[in-house]
Amino acid sequence: MYKYDQYDDAMVRARVEDFRDQTRRRLEGKMTDDQFKPLRLKNGLYLQLHAYMLRIAIPYGTLNSTQLRKLAHIARTYDRGYGHFTTRQNIQFHWIKLEDAPNILGELADVEMHCIQTSGESIRNISADHYAGAAADEIMDPRPWAETLRQMTTFMPEFSYLPRKFKICVIAAEEDRAAMRWHDFGLRIVKNEAGEIGFEVYPGGGMGRTPFIAYKSSDFVPQHQIFSYLQAVLRVWNRHARRDNIHKQRMKILVHELGEEEFTRQVEEEFRHILTLGTDFPQAEYDRIAAYFTPPPFETGLPEEIDRSDPDFAVWIDQQIAPHKAPGYAIVNVSLKPIGGIGGDITAEQMEVVADLAERYSFDELRVAHTQNLVLPHVRKADLYAVWQQLRDAGLADANLDLVTDIIACPGLDYCSLANARSLPVAARIAERFADPAAQHDLGELKIKISGCINACGHHHAGHIGILGVDRKGTENYQLLLGGSGAEDVSQAKITGPGFDEAGVVDAVERAVNHYRTIREPGERFIDTYRRVGMEGFKEAIYG
Amino acid sequence: MADVLRFRDDAAADEPAVSLDAFLDQTNAVSVRIEAGDDVRRLAPVLDRLRLVEIDFPKFRDGRGFSSASILREMGYTGEIKATGDVLVDLIFFMRRCGFDSFAPNVPLDPADAEAALNRYPYVYQHAADAEVPIWQLRHPELANG
Repeated sequence: MYKYDQYDDAMVRARVEDFRDQTRRRLEGKMTDDQFKPLRLKNGLYLQLHAYMLRIAIPYGTLNSTQLRKLAHIARTYDRGYGHFTTRQNIQFHWIKLEDAPNILGELADVEMHCIQTSGESIRNISADHYAGAAADEIMDPRPWAETLRQMTTFMPEFSYLPRKFKICVIAAEEDRAAMRWHDFGLRIVKNEAGEIGFEVYPGGGMGRTPFIAYKSSDFVPQHQIFSYLQAVLRVWNRHARRDNIHKQRMKILVHELGEEEFTRQVEEEFRHILTLGTDFPQAEYDRIAAYFTPPPFETGLPEEIDRSDPDFAVWIDQQIAPHKAPGYAIVNVSLKPIGGIGGDITAEQMEVVADLAERYSFDELRVAHTQNLVLPHVRKADLYAVWQQLRDAGLADANLDLVTDIIACPGLDYCSLANARSLPVAARIAERFADPAAQHDLGELKIKISGCINACGHHHAGHIGILGVDRKGTENYQLLLGGSGAEDVSQAKITGPGFDEAGVVDAVERAVNHYRTIREPGERFIDTYRRVGMEGFKEAIYG
Repeated sequence: MADVLRFRDDAAADEPAVSLDAFLDQTNAVSVRIEAGDDVRRLAPVLDRLRLVEIDFPKFRDGRGFSSASILREMGYTGEIKATGDVLVDLIFFMRRCGFDSFAPNVPLDPADAEAALNRYPYVYQHAADAEVPIWQLRHPELANG
C-alpha cells in the first residue's frame, strides 16, 4: 500500500499546525463558532448533539495494522473505547474534546493518516471497491488511480469553496461493490479495443433529499487525461451552480437543471481547454504510485480445499468469503453487524484483534467496506479456520454478509444534530426480528439501509428495503421504501405509502419480507421479485 | 491593519472599477469589477487595455471568484486581480495560487496573520496560476527539462 514520502508527510504536518492554530484562536475566544465552523469542517470536525465528532479519512478504504492499532489507541485515549465505520469507508469518533483534536491529528500524522477534506464543501475522501487488489473480477487495482487523484485533489486552489461536497469513487470491475453511481463523480476503469486503459465517467449522482443516479458522460477518457476531465467537471459546476439555496447546490442538481446533454457539452468544451494547460501528472508519477500497490508475494501451490467439518465454521465460510484472484487465497469479510449491536461500531480491543489478524494472515492489509464491515483481503484458505476462531472469540464472526441483518444505518438521532429520528434502534429491532441464522440464509441477499433524516447518510435510496426517519408533528416517524440498489443493477427506491412508528416499521418490513417469501420464484432475490411484480402487491401485503 | 494587501510592484490603477457590462461598453476604461455570477471570458477581446480586475466575494462560501481569477490568468492576463468583499485570511493562500495579487476585504487583514497563512504549506500538489512547482514534479527532477 502507499507510503508517504517527505512531501506527503510535510503537507499533513502543516495541516496539523494550521488546525492547531485555528483551534487555539477558537479556544481563546478570538473566533466565534460561526467563524470556526467552516474551518473545522474542512478538517472533519463536527459539533454534534453531545460532543464534537471527528471523521478520519481512510483513503479508498485501505488500512494497515499499524494504522488500525493507532485508531484503537485514539478510541481508548480520546474517546469512549470504540469507533464507528461509516458508509464512506471512513471512521468517526463521537465523543471528542475540541482541545484534544489537534493532538489526535498529530498522532494520525505519525501513521500517515489525516482528516483533510472529510467534511465541508470540499472534495471528500475518495472511495473505491473494498476488494481492490484482491478481487478475481477486476481488470486492475483501482487504488493507484484513487491515490493519484487523492493527491491531486488535496488543497486544490480553484476549488477551495465548492458549492457543496463532492464525492469521487473509483472501481475496476463490472460488479459495483462501492455504490459508484451514487457519487458526484463515478469512475470505472476500462480497457478499450486497443488494450489501453481509460475511464468510463459517471457524473451527477448523489443521495440526499433529491436523489439522482449518475449518468454516463464519457465511454472512455484516456487514463492520463482524467485529472483534466475532473477539473473540467468541477469548473463547470463551481461556476454555474446555484449559490442561493444550500439544498440545491450539489452537482446533481445542476446536471438535472441543464440536462445531461448540455452538461456534457459544457464539460467537453472546458475539457478541451484544460488539456491545453498541461496540468495532468506524467506517467512516471503514476508508475511511482502504482509501484506501492504491487500485489503482495502470494505463495503458489497452496491447497484450495477447506476443511468444513466444523459446522459453524462452514456456515461462516459460505457467507463471508469472496473469490480471490490468487489461487489458494480468499477474501474474508468481517461482519460488524452483530445481532442487537450497533452496525459499524467496533471496540478498541476488537480493532487490535483485527489488526493482529491482518498482520499475521493478510500481508498487513485491511479494508473498510461502505457497508460498514471490514475486509481481510488476502487470506490463505488454509488459514481460514484459525482466522475464524480468533474472530469468533472477539465477537466478530457473524455470518450475515449481504443478508437481512447486514443493515447499513447512519448514527441518527442518538448522535447527529441533523437527524429527525433514531436509526440505530430500528436497525437493532429488525436484526433481532430476523436473528435466526437459517431463516436469514433462506431469505438470501437482502440489503436494508436506514437513514435518520433526508440527508440519506444511511443510503436508504439504494436499499432493497430503505427506511427514512422523519419528524412528524414532533414524533419520530419512518417511511418505508422498496426497490433501490447501489450495485451494478443500480436503482432508486420508491416510498411504499404512509409512514410508521418504530414498532410499526419493523412489522412492515417483516410483512414485505414474508410477501417476498410467498411469491418468489426459484433463485430470485428480494429485489428481483420486487422488480418482477412491482410495488402494488407489496403495498397490499404491507398495509393490508 | 492595512486596507489593501498588495503583491505587485507596479503603480495601482487609480480609476474606480466599473461593472463588466459598462467596461465592455466603454473604450477607455482600465478597471473592471466582476460580480460572482459574471463570465470573465467576455473580457477576452479587451484584455490589452485592462489593468485591474476586482473580483467580489459576496460571502466567503461563494467560491466562484476562484474560477474567475484562474480563467483570467489562463487567458494570459497579467494585470492586477484584487479580491474584495468577504475575504478570509484562511483562504488567501489559495487565492494567491489562483492568481489574485491584491486583497481589499471588507474587514482588513492583519498583515502578520496574512504572512503566516501564506507560508503555512511548504509544497503544493498541483499546478495553478502561480509559478509553484507541484510535488509530482519535485519527485521527478529528470522530467524538468523534457
